[in-house]
Amino acid sequence: MVGKLALEQRKDLAVATTLTVNGNTHTLDVEPWTSLLDLLRERLQLTGSKKGCDHGQCGACTVLVNDVRVNSCLCLAVMHDGDAVTTIEGLGSEGNLSPIQQAFVDHDGYQCGYCTPGQICSAVGMLKEGHAKTEADVREQMSGNVCRCGAYPGIVAAVRHIMATSQTEGAR
Amino acid sequence: MNTHLIGTDVNRIDGPAKVSGAAKYAAEFFAPDLLYAVAVSGAIAHGEIDTIDTAEAMKVPGAVEVFTHKNRPHVSWFNKSYLDEDAPVDGKPLRPLYDAKIFFSSQPIALCVAETFEAARYMSRLVQVTYTSLTHQTDMKIAVQEAKKVTSSNRDGIEAPPKPRGNSARAYADAPVKIAKGYLSPTEIHNPMELFATTVIYNDDHTLTIYDKTQSVTNSQMYVCNIFGLSKNDVRVESPFVGGAFGSALRPQYQLFLATLAAKALKRSVRLTLTRDQMFTLGHRPETLQEIRLGANQDGQLLALHNESMQATSRYENYFEVIANWSGLSYLCENATMEEKTVSMDTSTPGDMRAPGAAQGVWAIETAMDELAVATGSDPVDLRLRNYADKDQNHGKKYSSKELKACYTQGAARFRWNERVATPRSERRGTALVGRGMAGGVWESPQMPAAAKATLAADGTLTVASGTADIGTGTYTMMAILAGEALGLPLGRVVVKLGDTELPVAPLEGGSWTVASVGSAVSKACKAVAERVFTLAAGINESPLKHASFQDVDFLNERIVLRDDPSKFVTLQSALEQGEGKPIEEKADSGPNMFKQHGYKSYTHSAVFVEVEVDEDFGTVSVCRVVSAIAGGRIINHEAAQSQIIGGIVWGIGMALQEQAETDHQFGRIMNHNFAEYHVPVNADVHDIDVIFVKEEDDIVNPIGAKGLGEIGLVGVAAAIGNAIYNATGVRVRELPITLDKLI
Ligand code: FES
Ligand code: FES
Repeated sequence: MVGKLALEQRKDLAVATTLTVNGNTHTLDVEPWTSLLDLLRERLQLTGSKKGCDHGQCGACTVLVNDVRVNSCLCLAVMHDGDAVTTIEGLGSEGNLSPIQQAFVDHDGYQCGYCTPGQICSAVGMLKEGHAKTEADVREQMSGNVCRCGAYPGIVAAVRHIMATSQTEGAR
Repeated sequence: MNTHLIGTDVNRIDGPAKVSGAAKYAAEFFAPDLLYAVAVSGAIAHGEIDTIDTAEAMKVPGAVEVFTHKNRPHVSWFNKSYLDEDAPVDGKPLRPLYDAKIFFSSQPIALCVAETFEAARYMSRLVQVTYTSLTHQTDMKIAVQEAKKVTSSNRDGIEAPPKPRGNSARAYADAPVKIAKGYLSPTEIHNPMELFATTVIYNDDHTLTIYDKTQSVTNSQMYVCNIFGLSKNDVRVESPFVGGAFGSALRPQYQLFLATLAAKALKRSVRLTLTRDQMFTLGHRPETLQEIRLGANQDGQLLALHNESMQATSRYENYFEVIANWSGLSYLCENATMEEKTVSMDTSTPGDMRAPGAAQGVWAIETAMDELAVATGSDPVDLRLRNYADKDQNHGKKYSSKELKACYTQGAARFRWNERVATPRSERRGTALVGRGMAGGVWESPQMPAAAKATLAADGTLTVASGTADIGTGTYTMMAILAGEALGLPLGRVVVKLGDTELPVAPLEGGSWTVASVGSAVSKACKAVAERVFTLAAGINESPLKHASFQDVDFLNERIVLRDDPSKFVTLQSALEQGEGKPIEEKADSGPNMFKQHGYKSYTHSAVFVEVEVDEDFGTVSVCRVVSAIAGGRIINHEAAQSQIIGGIVWGIGMALQEQAETDHQFGRIMNHNFAEYHVPVNADVHDIDVIFVKEEDDIVNPIGAKGLGEIGLVGVAAAIGNAIYNATGVRVRELPITLDKLI
C-alpha cells in the first residue's frame, strides 16, 4: 500500500551509490526509488537520455550499462552501484560525432529527434550483441525503440551502413 | 531564384544536436532552485469533487505545496481568457483547478510540488479525493441520438459543409449502380514521443522564461498572459526543440497552465512533466461514423454523392473537424450533399491530429470508390481518372496546381500496378494471400501571415529568425536553405533561430503551412538584405556591377555575379567592407496575395499504392510495399521531404491496422493509455516504402511555390491498405483499425 512507509524513514534511506557515467565516476546519495533515468536526467543533467513513457515500453531512455542496452527508466539507480553507464553524450559530441551518430544524420534517421538517443544507444547495444545479420533482423531487434515520427527506414539505413562499414573494416 | 540548395538532399542542420543529446526539449532546462511538480488526475468522468485532502501529501519530506481548486491563487474567471488561437470560439475551454467540476476522466485536479521529482510523485499518490458522480456518456453509438448539425465555422479555416449541389437524392434513386455503406473510425491519440512538459524559470526580476512543448510560442505566451494578467514583456516563451506533436501541441496544454500557476505563487522555478497516460486526455482524433451513398452509371461515372458524417466531441467545446467535405471535393459529381454532425460526450475535447478530418474523411470516400470500382468492374485508377475534377468541386474554384494525374501514372509505373489481378484471392506467397490496392490523397496548402528577420553580419554570417517551431518537420533546415539560396551562402554560414517569442511572429506550426508561410517570409527578408548588399557592391569604386540592376545578378558562392557575364562579380566580403562592417538587417512580413490567389484553391495531392500480405490462418497483415507519389509543389529539402512522407505513411499503417483508444464506458475512461496497449507501428511493422515527388510548378500558391508536406503523406494510406486487403482476401472492412479478428 502506498503510504505505509513511515515518512521520516524515507529520508534516511538514501544509499551511497557509485556510478561511472561516460567515464566520470560519481558517488551520490540516492533514494532507492530513484530510477537510473531520473538520476541521469535530473541529478547529472545528462538530458540526452529521454523519457517517453517511464514504463519500459518505448526505448527512449535506452542507455548502455556495462555495454549492454537497457531501459534506464526500468532500472533503479541503486541497483547499478559500481556499474559503468554510457549515455548518448558519451558516444560523441555535437562537434565530434561517432560514426553511428553521423550515420543517423546522413540517413535522416529521425525527425523530431526525441527517440534518437535511445535508438542510437540501442543500435550500439544491438551491434555488440551481434545477432543481427539481415535487414529484417535489424528491424526486429530495433523494435523496442518506438519512433512516432516513423523514421524507421532511415534508422535501418543508418544501422545497415555501420554494419557494412564495420564488415569492410574487419576484412581489411 | 537559383537552386544550388533548393530541392537537393540536405542533412538537417540541427541533426548533430539531436544525435548527440545536445538538443534541449522543454523538460531539459535547469535553474538553481528548480522545483518539480506532478499533476493529479481525477478518477471520474463527470461530476464534482466533494473533498480533497492534501495533508498526507504535505508530510512527504521535500513537499512544498499542493494546489487544488480550493487554494489556487487568483486566475482569470472569463472563458475568453482561456481561448487560444486554435480553440473553438464558442466553447468554454478547460480551466484547470478552477472549481470542483469534472468534465472528463483524468482531468487534472491537483498539482503536487516538491524539491525533487521523486517527492512530488510520491505526494501525488497521497492526495485523497472524494467525488459526487453524475451520469456520463462516452459511447458514441448511444450518444448519437443527441447529434447536432454543424451549420457554421467556429475555428479559423474549419468550414461547415457547403450547400448541397444538384439533387443528390433523386440522382441516387435513378442511378443504376449504388454503394451505400457506413464507415467507422476510432478515437486515436497523437502520442508524440516526448512527454508534455513545461519548465518555468522564475527570474530575479519576477519575469518568467517558459520552456514549453508547443507548436506556437506565441499562442502559449498569449494564453499565459491572458489568464494570469501578465504583460507580454514579463513572459518569454521558448521552444527550440519539440519532440513531436502532430497537432497535440497546437493548443496550450494544462501543464503550461499548472507550471506557471505554481511558479508564480511560489516565486520559484518549476518543472512539470506529464505522464504518458495523462497525455491520453490532451486531445485526440475524434471517432467518426460516415454514411456514404454513391450513385454511378455502369462505367463508374459518379451521378450522386452523399456523406452524412458524425463525429464525437466534448461537452464543453463544440470542436469539429472537416470530414464529410472531403467526399465532395475531388471527384466530378453534379449532385452532392455533405452533412456534418457532432455528438457531445463526457470526454476531453478532441484536437487536430495530423491531417485532421482528411485522415478519416478521405479514408471513407477512397474506400467507397474502391467498392464502386469492384461494383462496376473498373480498374481503381481508371475509375478515378473517369471522375477526375479539374476544379475544386466544393468551392467551384480552379486549382492553383494539381498534378495528380502524374501521381497516378508515375506511382502506378513504379509500383508495377499492371501486375495486379483484380479478382480477390488470386495470389499467394507461402501461407499469405497477396493483395494490391490504391487510393488518392488530398490536403490543403494554405499560406498564413508570417514574419521573419534576416541579419547579415560583417563576417558574412547570415542569421534568420522567426518565432515558428520545428517539431521534426525540418523547419530549421528549410529556413537555412532558403536563406543560403537567397544570398549565395553555404549552409555553414547560416544560423537559424526559431521557437522564441522574442523573434518575429509566425503562425501556429501546423496545417502544412509552415514552409509556405515562414518560408515566404524568410525569402522576402533575405531578398531585402540581398538588395542592400547589391547596392553596396554596385557602389564600390570601379565596381564591375556599376551599371547592373538587382535583377541582373545572382548570389552564388559568396559572390554577387552578373548573370549574363559571370566573369563580372563582386565578392560578398568586398560588398560588406563597402558597408563598413555594419550588419545588414531586414524584417519582412509576408501573407497570401489575395489578388493573385483570387478564384483559386490550393491543395497537395497523392496517389498511394500498397501491397499487403495477409496470413490466411492468423489474419495478420504485413504492409510489404508502399509507393506514394506526391504532388506537393516545389520541394525545398528533398531529404526531409521524403522523411515527412515516410512518416505519414507509417502513421497510415498505424491508422489502418493498429491504432484505437478503447474506452471502458462504465468508467468513461480510456483503458489502453500506454504504449503497451495503444499500438503504434514499430520498426518491424514497416517495410519497403518508396516516395516519388512529381514535378509541380505553382506560382499562385505562394511566392516560393512550395506546399507543406506534413499531412499529405498520411492521407489515403489507410484506404489504400484496406483496399489492398480486400484484393488479398475478398473481405471489406469498414471499421478501423483492420485487426485480425475482422479478417478471420
Ligand atoms: S522511457 Fe524507458 S522505455 Fe520508455
Ligand atoms: S524522431 Fe521523433 S520519435 Fe523518432
